[in-house]
Amino acid sequence: MKGWIVGQLFFGYFAGVIVLTAVLVVALKNPVYSALSLLVMFFHVAGLYVTLHAEFLAAVQIIVYAGAILVLYLFVVMLLNVKGDDRYHRQWRIAAFVCLPLLLEFMVLLAGSVASSPPASAAPAEAAETATPNNTLAIGEILFSTYLFPFEVASLILLVAMIGAIILAKKDVMESSTP
Amino acid sequence: MTVPVSYYLILSAMVFLTGIVGVLIRRNIIAILLSVELMLNATNINFVAFSEHLQDLGGQVFVFFALTVAAAEVAVGLAIIIALHRSKSSINVEEFNLMKW
Repeated sequence: MKGWIVGQLFFGYFAGVIVLTAVLVVALKNPVYSALSLLVMFFHVAGLYVTLHAEFLAAVQIIVYAGAILVLYLFVVMLLNVKGDDRYHRQWRIAAFVCLPLLLEFMVLLAGSVASSPPASAAPAEAAETATPNNTLAIGEILFSTYLFPFEVASLILLVAMIGAIILAKKDVMESSTP
Repeated sequence: MTVPVSYYLILSAMVFLTGIVGVLIRRNIIAILLSVELMLNATNINFVAFSEHLQDLGGQVFVFFALTVAAAEVAVGLAIIIALHRSKSSINVEEFNLMKW
């Protein structure tokens, strides 16, 4: 019973901060502040992963998202020297009109699923003992056996993205390629 | 499993909706990319929650791949933003209407 309360408390804290910072990412006008609140959100998502026994993904989340992706964002924001006078899009009324039914649909779907969800708490209890204690070892084994081909495709995606980014951001690639 | 999986679904839906709203109402193209990151993180939370719920590591592997795609998306997207800024010296999406019919 005590562990249940503690788990709920951790989830409540992480979920509250995640939702708050997600709203701040959209609501703040300065892109630097948006990126920094996204950083806070990434750390709390990593904390949520730890409570879900996905320690390897928590580490990867902090290293890749907070360490690489967000630094790239901040680099571009400061490189472009964006003014803070950004307002919302002109069609925000249409956006609200689209999003409101979507929100209602989510509410209805989730309310239906919560109300009609069967008490399926017996099945994970016996499966929990088969879970390996070493999360990184298990992920490595499944990644290099079952998901070997998608892993190689992922490396190809990264290579293509790197070449594409270099070509797109290069200053005058068209003039220099045709001498 | 101390927290029911439907709580994670609700959290993920809220973050995803925030990302959709951000993509639709912001004019700054960097803020739009940040909102796309919000949506990717919402799906990742779902994947990890169900991976724990079903005791299947495939969900965590898929988060790994989603992270790879997110990194590629950020690299290409920011390169496009730099190229756009070079040609128009603005990152307001309402000024980019070259391919609008």
